[in-house]
Amino acid sequence: MIFFWAFVVGGLICVIGQIMFDVFKLTPGHTLSTLVVVGAVLDGLGLYEPLIDFAGAGVTVPITSFGNSLVHGAMEEAEKHGLIGVVTGMFEVTSAGISAAIIFGMIGAILFKAKG
Amino acid sequence: MANKKKKKLTPTQQQYQTLQKQNETKRPVLKNCIKAFFVGGFICFVGQLLSTFYIYYFNFTEQTAGNPTVATLIFITMLLTGFGVYDRIAQFAGAGSAVPVTGFGNSVISAAIEHRTEGFVLGVGGNMFKLAGSVILFGVFSAFIVALIKTILIQWGGL
Repeated sequence: MIFFWAFVVGGLICVIGQIMFDVFKLTPGHTLSTLVVVGAVLDGLGLYEPLIDFAGAGVTVPITSFGNSLVHGAMEEAEKHGLIGVVTGMFEVTSAGISAAIIFGMIGAILFKAKG
Repeated sequence: MANKKKKKLTPTQQQYQTLQKQNETKRPVLKNCIKAFFVGGFICFVGQLLSTFYIYYFNFTEQTAGNPTVATLIFITMLLTGFGVYDRIAQFAGAGSAVPVTGFGNSVISAAIEHRTEGFVLGVGGNMFKLAGSVILFGVFSAFIVALIKTILIQWGGL
């Protein structure tokens, strides 16, 4: 069942992005930045966790989860170390996405050549 | 702002502007949304397959399985971007391939490959986050504000 909801919820988030592209005429950069902020705010309100339980990868794969996991890491550290933890824990949970992007970006640049 | 711009234009220019607006090709919003829905849904479905795999074989939980899933998806994106397949998917799916984390990966990796001719330090290193940088900036800054407010509320507000 979670496969079905992952498909539907993930699809719907992409539709929201497409509407922002087409109806509000935003650039991809603006759209993605907005979605990340939305994800961060949703997690701040405590609404993102139940969504993950409900739809699994449907909400962890779209870019909104980036904002969510940033807040998550910051909050986890903040519980241990207070306000300083907000800065030190920021990338605690998100590291996978960013380090994967950097590492595979470098490998890609070594392996592949630009076409055209 | 749009009004201010309009006042400066001569009547003929204004006429031209309205004419241009009338003849602008309408974007097929509904069709694009359906495409985005199915491609985006499919990517999330693949992500769910991966996280189920990680939950069963590597002892991740539903909450933490997102991390290795994202890394694997970005790896797949690297291959697709390198072989030039991702561009075609992106043209077809629009936001369906841009909003999932694969779009983030694609923007980093395609920038890295594209600027390789300028050298590894200035080209790849300097341009890698050209597009993804704004996502990281706004993500980190908004997360900082949100976490700051929440921490203050918890510590001094007694939440």
